[in-house]
Amino acid sequence: MKTIAAISTAAAPGGIGVIRISGDAARAVGDRVFRAVSGEALRDAAGYTCRFGYVADESGARLDECIATVFAAPKSFTGEDVVELSCHGGLFILKSVLQAVFAAGAAPAAPGEFTRRAFLNGKMDLAQAEAVMGLISAQGREAMKAAQAGHDGALSRRIATIRNDLTDIGAHLAAWADYPDDDIPQVNETMLKDRLSAGRRSLEALLDSFDGGRVLREGVETVIAGKPNAGKSTLMNLLAGCERSIVTELAGTTRDVVEETVLLGDIPLRLADTAGIRETEDRVEKIGVQIALDRVKTAQFVLAVFDASEALNDDDRAMIEAIGDTPCVAVVNKSDLPAAIDMAEIEAHFAQVVTISALSGDGLSALAEAAAQVLRTAALNPNDGILYTERQRADVKAALDCLTEAQDALQGGMTWDAVTVSLEGAVAALNELTGERVSDAVVDRVFEKFCVGK
Amino acid sequence: MVYEAGKLDIAVIGAGHAGIEAALAAARLGCHTAVFTINMDAVGNCPCNPSIGGTAKGHLVREIDALGGEMGKTADACTLQSRMLNLGKGPAVHSLRAQIDRNQYARVMKHKLELCPNLEMKQAEVVDIRRDAEEWVLTTRLGAQYGCRAVILATGTFLGGRIFVGDVSYDGGPDGMFPATELAGALKRLGIALRRFKTGTPARVLRSSIDFSDLEVQYGDEPVTPFSFDTETPPENKCVCHVSWTNARTKEVILQNIHRSPLYGGMIEGVGPRYCPSIEDKIVRFSEKPRHQLFIEPCGAETEEMYLQGMSSSLPEDVQIAFYRTIKGLEHVQIMRSAYAIEYDCCDPLQLTSTLEFRAFPGLYGAGQFNGSSGYEEAAAQGFVAGVNAALKLLGREPLILDRASSYIGTLIDDLITKGVSDPYRMMTSRSEYRLVLRQDNADERLTPIGRRLGLISDARWAKFEKKQAQKAAEIQRAEKTVLPPSQALNDILVSRETSPVTTGVRLAELLRRPQLSYQNLAPVDSTRPDYPREIFESVETALKYEGYIKRQLQDIAEMRRLEKRLLPPDVDYTQIAGLRLEAREKLSRVRPENIGQAGRISGVSPADISVLLIWLAARDGHGEPQS
Repeated sequence: MKTIAAISTAAAPGGIGVIRISGDAARAVGDRVFRAVSGEALRDAAGYTCRFGYVADESGARLDECIATVFAAPKSFTGEDVVELSCHGGLFILKSVLQAVFAAGAAPAAPGEFTRRAFLNGKMDLAQAEAVMGLISAQGREAMKAAQAGHDGALSRRIATIRNDLTDIGAHLAAWADYPDDDIPQVNETMLKDRLSAGRRSLEALLDSFDGGRVLREGVETVIAGKPNAGKSTLMNLLAGCERSIVTELAGTTRDVVEETVLLGDIPLRLADTAGIRETEDRVEKIGVQIALDRVKTAQFVLAVFDASEALNDDDRAMIEAIGDTPCVAVVNKSDLPAAIDMAEIEAHFAQVVTISALSGDGLSALAEAAAQVLRTAALNPNDGILYTERQRADVKAALDCLTEAQDALQGGMTWDAVTVSLEGAVAALNELTGERVSDAVVDRVFEKFCVGK
Repeated sequence: MVYEAGKLDIAVIGAGHAGIEAALAAARLGCHTAVFTINMDAVGNCPCNPSIGGTAKGHLVREIDALGGEMGKTADACTLQSRMLNLGKGPAVHSLRAQIDRNQYARVMKHKLELCPNLEMKQAEVVDIRRDAEEWVLTTRLGAQYGCRAVILATGTFLGGRIFVGDVSYDGGPDGMFPATELAGALKRLGIALRRFKTGTPARVLRSSIDFSDLEVQYGDEPVTPFSFDTETPPENKCVCHVSWTNARTKEVILQNIHRSPLYGGMIEGVGPRYCPSIEDKIVRFSEKPRHQLFIEPCGAETEEMYLQGMSSSLPEDVQIAFYRTIKGLEHVQIMRSAYAIEYDCCDPLQLTSTLEFRAFPGLYGAGQFNGSSGYEEAAAQGFVAGVNAALKLLGREPLILDRASSYIGTLIDDLITKGVSDPYRMMTSRSEYRLVLRQDNADERLTPIGRRLGLISDARWAKFEKKQAQKAAEIQRAEKTVLPPSQALNDILVSRETSPVTTGVRLAELLRRPQLSYQNLAPVDSTRPDYPREIFESVETALKYEGYIKRQLQDIAEMRRLEKRLLPPDVDYTQIAGLRLEAREKLSRVRPENIGQAGRISGVSPADISVLLIWLAARDGHGEPQS
């Protein structure tokens, strides 16, 4: 396989940035860009050792000081030979070093490719691999915690509890069907309905955790909207200022818009085209009212900024209408000025209304709480095990659909053989999620729990 | 002294339920076949319960029959009482079970074998099997040597059989027969992995020593549904069964003597079936249960022996007498044959392919208890598949491979060869994920075309089958097209069945889809109903009522078959595939699945391992870089 390389720390200004090189030629590539002070070559280095030196480009120009760490296959993250170059950070320097590494023969790693190789080389199971993928892309603290809980098996444990209960019901129904002449406790229809409902509630809670979990992990595309002079840019500066270190600037390769990520509480907000907002308020007006309204409609989350010192006007109302069902917090700004706004009208349209002073920062924590409510991250306890990936969500959704079907069958008066098939479908979907196959779980449970047989 | 006794196409060792179906199928397909039995009076014997069918087992019998096997027809001819189990629990779990006259069953089966062209019957113990350059060589105890192109092992509990009754144990086969003592050694010398399983049976007691006056009676269904799609005149119920219960005293007697059980005393090494526990097992494992049920069933029309279903035991004879006599109705019971446990040799079915041939020994097949299953019906199903495949191979024809979606037979075989067994395997409806499709009522629809292609379905039977399918199709069409007006009569029926009345015309099919309604309910308002047999309407009603579920299962089946098409080469070195977990490597190397679908069903092989296999296959086929 090709030797690959990428910046493996977050693409943010930080203390140290790491470039990971993985593959058979990792040491050779490393030796082409790295010069150890001691003069030793990486190809001679033992696994789990490091060398201090500097990195240089093709022309020999020194790029940065650097520590090179060598991991020998198979005892590395990917299971291959790995060299990690720890540089001083700074996106520009890291990118220059990466260019040099590419020039030395490594290929750019595709997204998730290190993890994929680790998985293929038997370094982790599917759920772990996905949790690590989540860890890599974790943008906020909560997402980090949630991903770690996945690695430790919190999600697996949570699934196991639900599955265990469904298996119990399935076993009872199986014993009842397969041993009609045996002395088996009656299957009680009310109990059956109750337990199916309980199973559904647990699965629904898990699904909710996915939406919240995704918000924490990937951030949410956010538009700050409001009429001229409502205080959009002040709010923007307030948000950007409160945790400067994680504000990132990705001059994206796949998109032209400049995107800036800021933290509101634990939630990364991805503010699209914020350059426009921040430059001057004038320029925003040039975008034109219509374009602004369109962006509100397609956003995942809107911070609708109102000016507390003025009555609502047509611009405000047009914005309220455009927002519609888009998740939104109404931000009533300029709480430091005398109020002239009709709060009742705003409260009639928005479930979450927060009064702040973007200038002084008063009300910022209330804004964070309101956002957490709207984006359903408030009730989320990442240590409980939450869903991270689309695959996991799809499995839980499939299990939930099966239980809904089982409930419908029961409600509609269908015979219970149909109920059991749906129930087992749910168990199978949950097994798929955790990567276990216990297709005989129900059968085994029958013999464990019931005294059946001639 | 040995002598050359002749050449055979196919030799079947054992004439129990597996051997019978294997021998008949092979001979009927045109192969010169011989079936070997230790005792000619053991052909078709039912050494345990005097009944055929039961949950999921009834499905198997109907499937064997649909393919052209014999069990269903013979059971119909020997039925004493019959019930369709699980009525009201849904069509997927309807299963037929018949009490049969066991002596008559054995006689009828033996006679069928005797009359079958191409088939020889031999009373002989096979003591040696070895492979020559060209053929398999069997040697009997009396020194006859047969050269065989294929051999089917259907040895049941005879192979290395050992009987346990309390602290008494001796080499023996079922029902007082001699065991096969030397064949197991020959198989081990070939390199076949054998293991010990055990099973057990209750006592047979004298009818006149039982007081039936206070026992619950169990009647058969009227009218009886036959097993065979061929049986024109359904059998009649000729007798009843009775139900009784153990009590605190039974428990006391058994627990006082439990140390005298060979199982609890550690004498038996064989693994017993979980689903068929002895009474002492039930009492120890489920000690909280105050009582256990038993059924008293007749063994035949011309015998006074009664079978005590649920009361198998390996306790000493004196303890058996004592605990049976604690049971209501059995206070003065006279035991004619004591209960016993039997331990026997069987193979690890992971060594087999889906044709039931040994992967490492071409031309050698296993069927029935020898493959780690239990039950007459499970045995017959495998016997049929092994017999057919041995013959097809000799004839140079395509093998018969039944997948999980085709039948319970396919599910049974797939379970055996991919999951292996840790105790004797019994079929259950819960083992089939496709059970709404694999119903006993449509076994013919699913399998008779396959039987016909094999050459085991006669012209007359085929014509009958086609007529039935045409009637089903016509009736579905009629139900979809017939519109019933919103008459008072119709609405009276709907209201009485607690379903909503109609205000406009409604299609018959729509009404039949409602769980509350049946053909029977709608008869008064369905004036254009043709005069078809009852089973046509039952099948159509099921097809309509469960349409949504059936459609979904058919989608699952399509997905399963897609994975089954991804073949794994037989010589894959799983240890060399990077990314497979250690457990998966070991399991895959042992089971050697034939395709990705099978691989996915092996315990210890995770979806992640399957992804790795798929990536490996893709890389190997040139769609990517090699992984190792």
